[in-house]
Formats: sequence, structure tokens, C-alpha cells
Amino acid sequence: MEWFKRVTPGLEAQTKKELPDGLWIKCDRCGEILYKKELERNRMVCTGCAFHFRMDSMQYIALLADEGSFEEFNENLSSADPLHFKDSKKYTDRLEEAMAKTGLKEAVRTGECTLAGLPVVMAVMDFRFIGGSMGSVVGEKVSRAIDRAVETRRPLIILSASGGARMQEGALSLMQMAKTAAKLALLAEARIPFISILTDPTAGGTTASFSMLGDVIIAEPGAFIGFAGPRVIKQTIGQDLPEGFQRAEFVQEHGFVDMIVDRRQLKEQIERILVWFVGPARKKPRRAAPKKKSAPEAAETVASAPKRGKAAGEKSAKRTGSSAAKPQTRKNSTTKPASEA
Amino acid sequence: MKNYVPEFEKPIVEIERRIAELREYSASKDLSFSREIERLEEKARQLRQEVYSNLTRWQRVQLARHPNRPYTLDYVRLMMSDFTEFHGDRLFADDPAVVAGIGTLGAISVALIGHQKARDTREKIRRNFGMPNPEGYRKALRLMKLAARFSRPVLCLVDTPGAYPGLGAEERGQAEAIARNLLEMARLPVPIVVVIIGDGASGGALGIGVGDRILMLENSWYSVISPEGCAAILYRDSANAHIAAESMKVAPEDLLEMGVIDRILREPEGGAHNDHAATAATLKAALLEEMEKLAAIPSEELVRRRIDKFARMGVWTE
Repeated sequence: MEWFKRVTPGLEAQTKKELPDGLWIKCDRCGEILYKKELERNRMVCTGCAFHFRMDSMQYIALLADEGSFEEFNENLSSADPLHFKDSKKYTDRLEEAMAKTGLKEAVRTGECTLAGLPVVMAVMDFRFIGGSMGSVVGEKVSRAIDRAVETRRPLIILSASGGARMQEGALSLMQMAKTAAKLALLAEARIPFISILTDPTAGGTTASFSMLGDVIIAEPGAFIGFAGPRVIKQTIGQDLPEGFQRAEFVQEHGFVDMIVDRRQLKEQIERILVWFVGPARKKPRRAAPKKKSAPEAAETVASAPKRGKAAGEKSAKRTGSSAAKPQTRKNSTTKPASEA
Repeated sequence: MKNYVPEFEKPIVEIERRIAELREYSASKDLSFSREIERLEEKARQLRQEVYSNLTRWQRVQLARHPNRPYTLDYVRLMMSDFTEFHGDRLFADDPAVVAGIGTLGAISVALIGHQKARDTREKIRRNFGMPNPEGYRKALRLMKLAARFSRPVLCLVDTPGAYPGLGAEERGQAEAIARNLLEMARLPVPIVVVIIGDGASGGALGIGVGDRILMLENSWYSVISPEGCAAILYRDSANAHIAAESMKVAPEDLLEMGVIDRILREPEGGAHNDHAATAATLKAALLEEMEKLAAIPSEELVRRRIDKFARMGVWTE
């Protein structure tokens, strides 16, 4: 076998084209090898094919909230184990693992922040935490976020990333669907806008409750959005599912999503929508008012204008100075004389 | 399926078979076995009581699915003096898996909505085994809004293995249809009484399950997913459904303790399938009682309480 040996030292044999761990990421769709730093700069959107990688709640908060403005609330709510549930693992162990892995207490983070200067209440789900599943805590935190939006009259944004209701809390998880939907009835009554953002995946009980109840529903390209899982459907109908079934584009085509927005334009698009609802952001706070006070005022103007009649008119008159306040003045100039006549 | 007997009922059925045999034999031979028959009847009674007072959660699930169990239209026939069924969601189609209509219960005009299962194969297929498509939920909502406009209370009978996981159902927005109902039912300005009469599976059940009072028949179950579905995912095999049923605590007593339901209705001994009329009578009496109480509450207060009721559900630490 001597002849088989290389006489002169040639190229070093590379065992495999090993990518240094964590530095490079392969695109799930086009196979392009992407430099992680650059991918992150590009909001986890493939520079080759625009495939949207999943993001965690921190990344979404960084994407949407103005820098440093996110003030989390109810972050200490955590799941009890009301059923003493155990499958291959104890539910309490699953929770602990999820906490250790994510540094979160639960599958949703809720807080107040500004988005392009506009004060909002935001709830951002995190798929890494037990598949973003909704149990009592997710339901309660979302409900409290809705309450907060009503109290402060700030628009509500909920970003969904969830496999559905959490089995380990049985019927209590199911009831969170009714609970959050019921709270949204109060939000609608208070005439506070709700923007629902659907990311990959939005499924099951989450889709069938607050996710599908937005005044505006925005989806990320390619996101799975559906009620039943594709495997279950395939089993039920006994045939293959059509290409693109239950993807954002499919769901939009069937009339259940207002728009599909590339993540890199998401913040801008939400800003445009919010301005239509509540008027433009103030460039600078007029006085060094405490944050809590100035925020609700800015959000309040249009949402409550018809109700407040005169007071709202006065406020908008003051605001006509800012260039972007036009739609609002027009609105008031038509409604006000009518109500006074 | 007429002869379907759940495993735990078999010893009782066996004794009953022997009694029948003896009767027949004694009649043909002109002999009296009355004492033996009496003894066996007593034994059957005792055994039934024993079995039925110690049913596991999984056994309750099996009873909830007993093919002779009364379905929505059986209750309609047995408790309402008149009923007119409405069809269609005015958008796409009529969904036979959901029955909706107007009628009279006692002296009250009500709107009634319920999942509908069936007993023979052809009818089962037509009713889609009680699994609604989005049209079912939208038809239900149409009736509810009509009831609200004319100040009539709404009754919902829940009995579904789940919302239909089909291609068309997804295309036509199964999730949206259920979500919409949750929101609209939360703020409907008339009383809503919900009764889980059999299967209470997941969003498909909840889609007509938001109300002021949630009642449950003794041998029914209600949870976030069917025991089989849960077992397939968490226990790797749907044959472990009996374990999942225990773990998820799907029985009425569990749900009463969790605050998910308000009241349990006892069934005749041996289960609702043994006596439709008696079960319907229990149901009717309970419904009239609940509706009388709710009728006294002003609608704004009613809605506020309903929303609060659901807002309180859940267990967490803080």
C-alpha cells in the first residue's frame, strides 16, 4: 500500500468545512452562508433571498421601540403549576429550563415605549419560551397590557409568535383566549387602536383569539399563520397540502391579513398607521414634563376627539402649528361646527 | 354502534344479559326464577352504582362520546315547545355541524345554538362529526346578534371533538371566526347560558362557549385539546389518551374547582344515554332557573360581570 501514500506533503486535508460556531449562519431557504453580525444588522433578514429568520422578544423590542424607551411591566408574573402536570417532564422543570434558556419569566414581555416618538403599549411574544405557548401568565400579561392601553389611552401593539395554547395548564389555557378577547372588547369600546403583528409562527389558540382581532393585522413575509397544524390537516384530509398553504401570503390572499411587511420596513409602516389613528408625534416635549404625563396626552388627541368636543378642539388648535397635524385639523373643522350648531 | 358498550360497563351489561336470558327461559319452560332474577337485578344495581360513583376522567370522556348520548337536537325536541332552525351564515354556506335557531323554552323565547353530532354514518358525515367549519361559528354569531337586537337570551350547547382541521376551514378563516365569536360573545348585551353536554374540545368548543353561566353535564369533559391530541404530542402516542385525560384534569369537578365552570348537572344513574328524557328535564329546569336569575340583571351590568368573570380565570404567581 506504499504507493498509495502521498509522497510530497500536499494540501492539508480539511475534515469538513467547519463554520466557527455562532459566527456564520446558513440561510434556511437559499442556503447562503451569512455573516452573523451582518445578518443582525439586517434585522435577521437574509441578504440573499430576504428570508425572515425568527427573532426573539429582545430583538423585536429593539426593532420597534425607540432606543431605551421600553419600560417593561408585570415582568415578575410567572406560571404556577395548577394541574401538577407531568408528561415526559414535569411542567415545573420545563418552565425552569425555559427560564434558564431565555432569561425570561414567561413567553411574553409587556411594556410601555415610544415608537418613532409615539407612545404605545406593546406586548411581544417569545417563541423560545415553550413555543410561545399561551397559559395563564401570557393571558394575564396580555390582558393587563390591554388594560394599560385603555388607562393610558395609548395604542396597543401585540406581536404574536406562538404555537398556540399551552397544554400543561389544561382548560385554564383555553380560557385565556376568551379572557384576552373579552379585554379587547373593552379596548374597542374605549376606541383605542390595536395593531396585531403576526410573525412565524402564529398558530392555534393564539391565532383564534387576540392575534386575529387587530384593527390592523400585519404579517411578516412567509410567516406560518393558521389554526390547525399542517400535520393534523394532512392527516384529516389524507392528501398533500398545496404549496404555500397557511403562509402569510396565502392568508392575505384569503382576506385575513391587511398587509405583509418586510421586517426592515416594519417600524416605518407601523408609524404611518399610528399617525393616522392618533396624529403625529410631538417633536419635543413642550416642557420637561414627567414621562408618564406627556405620553397619554399625545396618544389621546384623535382617539377621544369626538367625545371631548370643545376641549379636544382647543388642543388641536394649539397643535396646528406642527406641520403634520393636517388630517386632524380637518377632522375637527368639520365635526366641531356640526356639534355646536 | 347501537351495541357499543364502554369497557367499564361490560360487567353490568353481562348481568343484564343473564337476567334477560333467565326471563326468557322461565317464560318458555313455565318455571319461576323470580328469586334469582331479583338477586341479579340487585347485583346489577349495586355494580352500576359502584362503577358510576368511581368513574375515572377517561371513563367520563368515553361516556361523553357514548353513541346513544343525547345530542343538541334531542334536547331541543325534549325540552322546547317549539323550535325553528335557521340556516347559513349569509357569507358562504350553511354548516350542518352547528344547529342554530329560535324557539321557546318554558315560557321564554330564546335563541339556541349547538354543535350537532349524529348516529348513523350518512348523517354523521353530513354533520361532519360535530366539527364546525368557520360558517358554523359565523351562523352562530348571526343568531346571537339577532337575539341581542330583540333582547332574547342565548343558549349554547357545546358538544364537539374540535373545530374542523380542514383545508377549506383554514382558507376561510377558522381562527378568525372563533376569535370574532369570543369577542362578540363577551360583549353581547343579553344573557348567555352555556352547557357542555358531551365533548368540549378546545377552541372549537369555546367558539360558542363564552357566557354568563357555564354549566356542565356530569359525564362530559372540557379542555384545551382532546386527550388524544394531548397524548399524541406530549406522550408520543394517542393511545396514552387516558393518561392525558387525567393530567389535563378534564372532568367537571376539576373545572368547577378551577373556576372555569359554574355548575355541574347530575345525570340519571348509568349516564344520560340511559334516560334522555330525565336528562333533558334536568337540563331544562337548570336553564330556566339560570335564565330567570340573569334576566334580572341590567345588560350593561351583565356584560361587565361577564368580562370580569373571564378576566379572573387563570393561576399565576407574582
